[in-house]
Amino acid sequence: MFHYTYDGSFEGLLTVVFEAYERKAWPTTIEPEHLAQPSMFGETVQVTTDEEKANRVWQGLKKRLSASALESLYYTYLWEQSGFERLIFDYARLVFDSPESVEGNYTAPFILQVQQIHKQVHREKHRMEAFVRFQKTADGLYYASIAPDFNVLPLIVRHFEKRYADQRWAIYDSSRRYGAYYDLQHTAFVQLENPALSPKQQGRLQTDQFDENETRYQMLWQVYFDHVNIPERKNPKLHLRHIPKRYWKYLSEKQPRLL
Amino acid sequence: MNDKIIGKLKILADAAKYDVSCSSSGGKRKNENKGLGNAEGMGICHSYTEDGRCVSLLKILLTNFCIYDCAYCVTRKSNDVQRAAFTVQEVVDLTINFYRRNYIEGLFLSSGIFKDADYTMERLVRVARKLRQEEKFNGYIHLKTIPGASEELIKEAGLYADRLSVNIELPSEQSLQSLAPEKNYAEILMPMDSIKNQLVQAKEEVKLFKAAPKFAPAGQSTQLIVGATSESDRQILQLSDQLYKGYSLKRVYYSGYVPVSTDSRLSIITEPPIIRENRIYQADWLMRFYGFDVKEILDEANPNLDLDIDPKLGWALRNRHFFPLEINTADYEMILRVPGIGVKSAKKIVSARRFAPLHFDHLRQMGVVLKRAKYFITCQTKSLQRQDFDSEQLRRRILFGEGSVRSALLTQQLDLFRKVG
Repeated sequence: MFHYTYDGSFEGLLTVVFEAYERKAWPTTIEPEHLAQPSMFGETVQVTTDEEKANRVWQGLKKRLSASALESLYYTYLWEQSGFERLIFDYARLVFDSPESVEGNYTAPFILQVQQIHKQVHREKHRMEAFVRFQKTADGLYYASIAPDFNVLPLIVRHFEKRYADQRWAIYDSSRRYGAYYDLQHTAFVQLENPALSPKQQGRLQTDQFDENETRYQMLWQVYFDHVNIPERKNPKLHLRHIPKRYWKYLSEKQPRLL
Repeated sequence: MNDKIIGKLKILADAAKYDVSCSSSGGKRKNENKGLGNAEGMGICHSYTEDGRCVSLLKILLTNFCIYDCAYCVTRKSNDVQRAAFTVQEVVDLTINFYRRNYIEGLFLSSGIFKDADYTMERLVRVARKLRQEEKFNGYIHLKTIPGASEELIKEAGLYADRLSVNIELPSEQSLQSLAPEKNYAEILMPMDSIKNQLVQAKEEVKLFKAAPKFAPAGQSTQLIVGATSESDRQILQLSDQLYKGYSLKRVYYSGYVPVSTDSRLSIITEPPIIRENRIYQADWLMRFYGFDVKEILDEANPNLDLDIDPKLGWALRNRHFFPLEINTADYEMILRVPGIGVKSAKKIVSARRFAPLHFDHLRQMGVVLKRAKYFITCQTKSLQRQDFDSEQLRRRILFGEGSVRSALLTQQLDLFRKVG
């Protein structure tokens, strides 16, 4: 029995794949170092992230997989639900050990599962692209806070870079406590913890930080939202299927009326 | 706080909402000038109204003053409603500020006809021009084309807009004559034809010069009102079919008529025909993505869609001789025709069966919905259904479950009472 630990990074996880092949010692468990519990049975292998090794594994996968399958593996990493490391490992091993392409073989359980995870993460990414609501601050920054089910912030940055090339913006993931900040040239990932605030207020803008027109446009948006509705066609079930309640906290049109 | 804008927004959003199109997809406009916005690829619904419709664009009328008196329209001249008009700058400001906050993908601008067609169209074009040229806006713009507007104006509109649309609204010339006496088919079809020709021409030019100006890259669409007049589903879908083929429309939208008035020219209805509208959309999808011909969906003997079952199931029940289908060997085109199996499931099936013969368990794990499909397919010659049913029995089992026939009949009767009451 082999228990692998790594630093929690994607490169670290790819290094685990490399080391396991090198030792021909297949992992029983793969865990991030800070979560790993000492085990009475079996051997613990502490893997140090090595960019070169990680890259060799990635290139190997690249030769055997399409861009969309590679994306699925990265999405599985961002999925962050229990067991994702094992899933990525098993998938990679199947790819390396099969003489022919395994892509699209939905009769193999973890290929199907990775495909389903891809769909879940992709949907959350798309929702964040839709439901992010920027608030303009007095110094001209457009700021939004999110708390997505999966770690999709790295996936949505490009979309917002392309769209808002001429405005400074920041998106903060309040549950993972990091954000992306675009300064008109580049986007950087930043930590912006404010020790003076309680965890619930963390990453939230206060109204006194707003641009003078911010409240007005939030209100106009609420007015528009209410008047584009056709009451005769009311369909709460369909409404909720499209915007489940857990997303309402982002949406200015779902907040108490300003008017 | 500028109360005037609030008032205008209320009136002009209210007046625009019966236009159901809200699509923002299919554009190819990139942000190449370090400007604002980007309209390539996938559309995004930024919110959903309480009636479950996508909110993707700021959809407003420039004005609801109108010289026409179309019976179905809330904006008609004789209707006693508040009137308002935006200035060009007000629309530009709303669009830009909503867009910067990620509320919308862009603007859908329509208008009542004031003075004449050209005067109105020129105003719409002016908004789009200002957004593109002064604000460097690359987001999505959908402009309504006013029937009767000059060809030059339509051409200019197409340079700024991603999509153009002309609404036909009434599915037959006869209805148009009685409900919208100032309009006629020829006048509506003319701009559609002109847009089609421009689209073709622009495509030819892009082949020659890559930098040739794009013309409405997301194509054109139209809308038909369902339930305000007496046309059958067959008439409506035949018209759509002709529009898709003859004018290469991207979309025909169907708007279940919401009784916005008590105009004596209209048939009396109390509720919008939402189920009928839904069935027509399903049939439209069958024509566009599932390889069905309109003649297969409806014919003289069946001029209207069955409201209780989807049109694909309806077709399958009338064409039992094609089934059961062996999932492991059937053509992709035929798998698409199995009730309950959509494009995604069909693709997964075709992909997975290259590796191993498929069982029903595989299908279930892949997320294929078997509720209806199980009556029409076999997996390695095995069927989930032991008995043979005739089409009528099948219909009942799918609608009312596999329980007793008695409870099924009862539900049906209660349903009838509900409909009458």
